[in-house]
Amino acid sequence: MLLAVLSGFLLAICTPALHRVAGHYIGWVLAVLPASLAVYFISLIPAVNANGSVLIEYAWMPGLEITLDFLVDGLSLTFALLISGIGTFVLIYAGAYLAGHKYLARFFIIMLAFMASMLGLVLSDNLVTLFVFWELTSITSYLLIGFNHEDMNARKSALQGLFVTVAGGLALMAGLILLAIMSGSYSISEILSSNTALHEHAFYTAAVICILAGTFTKSAQVPFHFWLPNAMAAPTPVSAFLHSATMVKAGIYLMARLNPSLGQGELWSLALMLFGSATMLTGAYLAFSNTGIKKVLAYSTIMALGMLTMLIGVGTELALTAFICVLVAHSLYKGALFMIAGALDHETGTKDITLMGGLRKTMPVTAVIACLAALSLAGLPPLFGFIAKELVFESLLGAPTWSAVLITVTVVAALLVVSVAGLVAIKPFFGKVGNTPKRPHEAPFGMLVGPAVLATIALVFGLAPSLPESALLQAAIGSVNGAAVETKLALWHGVNIPLMLSAVCLLFGLILLALWSRLNPTLQAINTACARFGPEAGYFRIMEGITTVAAWQTRVLQNGVLGLYLLILVAVTFGLTGYTLLVKHGVNLTLDLSGSHFYEWGIALLLLASVVFASVTRSRLGAVASTGVLGFSVALIFIHFSAPDLGITQLLVETLTVILLVLVLIKLPEFVRLSSPFERFRDLAVAIFAGVVMTLMILSALDVQYFESISSYYIENSATLAYGRNIVNVILVDFRALDTLGEIFVLALAALGVFSMTKLKAEDQHKP
Amino acid sequence: MKNNTLILHTAALFIMPLQVMFSVFLMLRGHNEPGGGFIGGLVAAGAFVLYAFAFGSEATRRILRVDPRDLLSAGLLFALASTIPAFLAGQPMLTAHWWEVPLPGDGYLKLSTPLIFDIGVYAAVLGTIMTFVINLMESEE
Repeated sequence: MLLAVLSGFLLAICTPALHRVAGHYIGWVLAVLPASLAVYFISLIPAVNANGSVLIEYAWMPGLEITLDFLVDGLSLTFALLISGIGTFVLIYAGAYLAGHKYLARFFIIMLAFMASMLGLVLSDNLVTLFVFWELTSITSYLLIGFNHEDMNARKSALQGLFVTVAGGLALMAGLILLAIMSGSYSISEILSSNTALHEHAFYTAAVICILAGTFTKSAQVPFHFWLPNAMAAPTPVSAFLHSATMVKAGIYLMARLNPSLGQGELWSLALMLFGSATMLTGAYLAFSNTGIKKVLAYSTIMALGMLTMLIGVGTELALTAFICVLVAHSLYKGALFMIAGALDHETGTKDITLMGGLRKTMPVTAVIACLAALSLAGLPPLFGFIAKELVFESLLGAPTWSAVLITVTVVAALLVVSVAGLVAIKPFFGKVGNTPKRPHEAPFGMLVGPAVLATIALVFGLAPSLPESALLQAAIGSVNGAAVETKLALWHGVNIPLMLSAVCLLFGLILLALWSRLNPTLQAINTACARFGPEAGYFRIMEGITTVAAWQTRVLQNGVLGLYLLILVAVTFGLTGYTLLVKHGVNLTLDLSGSHFYEWGIALLLLASVVFASVTRSRLGAVASTGVLGFSVALIFIHFSAPDLGITQLLVETLTVILLVLVLIKLPEFVRLSSPFERFRDLAVAIFAGVVMTLMILSALDVQYFESISSYYIENSATLAYGRNIVNVILVDFRALDTLGEIFVLALAALGVFSMTKLKAEDQHKP
Repeated sequence: MKNNTLILHTAALFIMPLQVMFSVFLMLRGHNEPGGGFIGGLVAAGAFVLYAFAFGSEATRRILRVDPRDLLSAGLLFALASTIPAFLAGQPMLTAHWWEVPLPGDGYLKLSTPLIFDIGVYAAVLGTIMTFVINLMESEE
């Protein structure tokens, strides 16, 4: 399992080399991985159906409660199958779509890394690991949206998507930590199986708000939906994979995953129903009023995401059944439609639907696939989308609260979607032959196989719904619900209210489609007028606000007077520590100087003398040298108390510090005394204050021991556990190696900081 | 910055290689005696800084052969690589692994992930300080 999740990263590393070998067939070669992963996930189905869920454990950092445990149950397996299955076809498709692209290998590297992160996200059992993978998907999504990095628009959209999702991610992190505090565990399976009533906990409201902020931004719910259509700047395979089938569903996944635990609260279902239905309606309307084929599909994705959120909010067994069905149906038809849209764009040279028409003669295969997928989108029999939509209607009719409102909103959205489906399937392929920039011809095989297979699966699932149901969907519904659910999926339910609602949707949808070309200009005008007050305008205002605040606080806090920085830093740090020391501990001076040797006094005098000299001298070099003396004296103390490692390190660090300081100081102009006597006394006072607080702290640290000392553990176990007699080094590289690892990364950052400061400064001077 | 004293030049030429060798010695013996990757890296950095003061930053870059930033990232990679064996064995991150490689004759060579980690620390420390020093020296020219 670990290998299954991480293999994407490994293959990503090998991609450039593979690209050189495989050439044009790179897409097919790489697709072997997700295909075999899909087979592997299918092989797990029997175990999941037998046991409900399988937990695969890998310790990673158990001391921090961070593990690489994987939870395989119906829900995560459904997602994993969608990711690996659609991933297979997207990779094949991308190989054809981007054939001959300069950065093809780079593209595949990010795609594979994304796929691995996404698998990690849906399979993780640990909240921290889940969050790490969550952020990885945001980052890879950023790189993929901005893949055409020479296009300013793509860069802007990428940044927008990143800001929105990462801001949400920050909230999510807080939410997940609150969740872990509430339930006492970072393990999802433990949270789900524990019986604590989370909704009665004091943190419940805060946790739900934070988690929803994360999931709503990721899954493009109103009012954060604006980033998703802009993300269409990415190459089409990316849109098909990330921004319809998988990544945007990460938020949906997390909500579904946590639904059994958090769903008991009022707030949860209310927020989900409210935002979900608003998103559904907004998405459907915007999809109807746009002309770019990718934008239309993007907005209809938003509509589907809203519907999914709403269904979790309704939360009845029937609603969750509908949820899983919509999820699967949507991934299948939307993945296919996006790939079709890419093929159209690729072969006709335009994304504008109004320019396309009559393509069924030149692109017959594409036309058939598009019609199949669009039927599923519109929710017409005999496709899986129909079953899903009927279930939605049925479950909303039986919703415990707000049934009438929800059903009205859904019907309106559904009839808009019928006309949207017509837009993408009928408009380009039938009617008058359009005037496209490129002479259209059939798309290559690699670009058709993916959508063809996905559309066929949608058809097969529609004709034989018991097939996926018994295999996996029932288990998935059970894991969203928290308890097993009896379901009965069927294409034909008899003449009932849902069927009549579908008929109404179809009728009005077709009427709207007929009126589309007349209505569209008006709608466009309305949208442009509204854009000034929309959430995207809010986003730009916030970004401007952030820059203004940043500029202001830089002027105030970082005004370039180094002395002032130091003063503030020292005063605040020691003020706070001093205060804490006084309140928590009190001043307790016991100084026993008996038994000290004369050479210890000698070292102390040396220390004092160097300090005094450093602060009164007018020569910079002298000051640096005397701080060096100070450091050496400290090293002497270490050696005197037999800590040779510390002593050597101190000596070396001190030497190098002096050298570095000299390298910097040599560039400064002559020393001039600019400070007023008042400023000097103020600085002196702060310095003495810091010194006194530090001394008091050390003295009190000597005579209180809050915790039992751990040094005896190291002394006892150093040689036996770590096979080393030098305890200091054993601690550094073995017992506390994680700390050291963190430290060398900090060192690296510091080095890069110095590097960029010295280099960028040189470039700055060239600017006018 | 370049210094033209004959004494410094001659001394640097003799001291530098000795000091680098000593730094490697320090690093390797660190597990049982005073020393270790951090100290070793600092000593090696001292050697190259001495060389840089005598012959300038260009010459130091040449004798280092690799960009100090690459040295730094190689160090980080070494440290990260030392986590792989524990990872593959399904143990907590950074669990130490030891291998004993028999040598011809009586002795054997003790290899371990802490050693790989220590080499990483050594390279990272050396790379960091050399990045500092070389860039600061070059920025004034």
